[in-house]
Amino acid sequence: MASLKELKGRINSVKSTQKITKAKQMVAAAKLRKAQANAEAARPYAARLAEVMGSLAGKITVSENSPKLLAGTGSDRIHLLVVANSDKGLCGAFNSNIVKAARLKARELEAQGKTVLFYLVGRKGRAVIRREYPKQIAHMFDTTDVRDPGYNEAEKIADELVAMYEAGKFDVAHLFYSRFRSALLQEPTGQQIIPVPAPKVAAAATGSVVEYEPDEEEILAALLPRYLKTQIFGALLENAASEQGASMTAMDNATRNAGELIQKLTIQYNRSRQAAITTELVEIIAGAEAL
Amino acid sequence: MALHFELVTPAKLVRSEDVHMVVVPGTEGEFGVLAGHAPFMSTIRDGALKVYRTENAAPEEIMIQGGFAEVGDTGLTVLAEHVEG
Repeated sequence: MASLKELKGRINSVKSTQKITKAKQMVAAAKLRKAQANAEAARPYAARLAEVMGSLAGKITVSENSPKLLAGTGSDRIHLLVVANSDKGLCGAFNSNIVKAARLKARELEAQGKTVLFYLVGRKGRAVIRREYPKQIAHMFDTTDVRDPGYNEAEKIADELVAMYEAGKFDVAHLFYSRFRSALLQEPTGQQIIPVPAPKVAAAATGSVVEYEPDEEEILAALLPRYLKTQIFGALLENAASEQGASMTAMDNATRNAGELIQKLTIQYNRSRQAAITTELVEIIAGAEAL
Repeated sequence: MALHFELVTPAKLVRSEDVHMVVVPGTEGEFGVLAGHAPFMSTIRDGALKVYRTENAAPEEIMIQGGFAEVGDTGLTVLAEHVEG
């Protein structure tokens, strides 16, 4: 049986842990609201761009002369997995879920005899992937010095990816991130980003003849990198929201656990205190009776 | 008749309002868009977007970088990567 002093010390230490998890939970809740607002604000642009891409893609046929970003390199030997993680922990299984999804895909591709490379965004998840695929990490993109990954980061990532693609370093790229469903539910997702999958052609509702300047192909060529950026940007935003959601849930659980632990320890503390008092009393009475 | 004008960046919807005319710096030259313009799409070079709220008003200039403009039935939509001011 632990001594009274020891128990008191443990109760205090659990209490201070609870304070921290509670604070982190509230911070996450506030940040989640902001991240959600950001994701909301980015939607019009992405929607418009997808619309335009769709209508353009419906007009031109993919041939050898089409931009490589759309048509592909002609082979699918080397696959690049872009894995977007967060920089901070304390968010439950958020990062490991994303990494797990990426690893599954990597195994599947390797089983098909393809070469797999990794491009890591964010600090978490580096260690795990480095342990398993030490020689296959093409690049690690650092986001630790920015507070919220924004469009500038998305732009840099996309530029690097396009440069690598043009240099023939890979043939197909997949993006892994966590899709934000709700504060309680985040879904790790993987999607192909290069070659750009043609967006579903919205049924040309207007039917009016649109004039293009310069011509369709040139606009499409200019649009493709931009579309890629938007997709990465969207993924970063979803990731940010998911991270905060996961963090909130994890911290909520931690706070509740700490509460339970405190209760248990307090009961134990009170019991031992009473036992000590009882023993003392028994001793005094026994002493008095002996007289 | 007013032209519905929207300026959108990846981060947010910057403008959504009815104006008289907008002059857009297209890659192949500036073009002005009034209400009822034929469907049209163009890429944009970096430059100033001139927004005329009314016919005789002094234009308001918005610097934009990278993107494209689309004129459709609903009006003019400018998608820009960066907007200043």
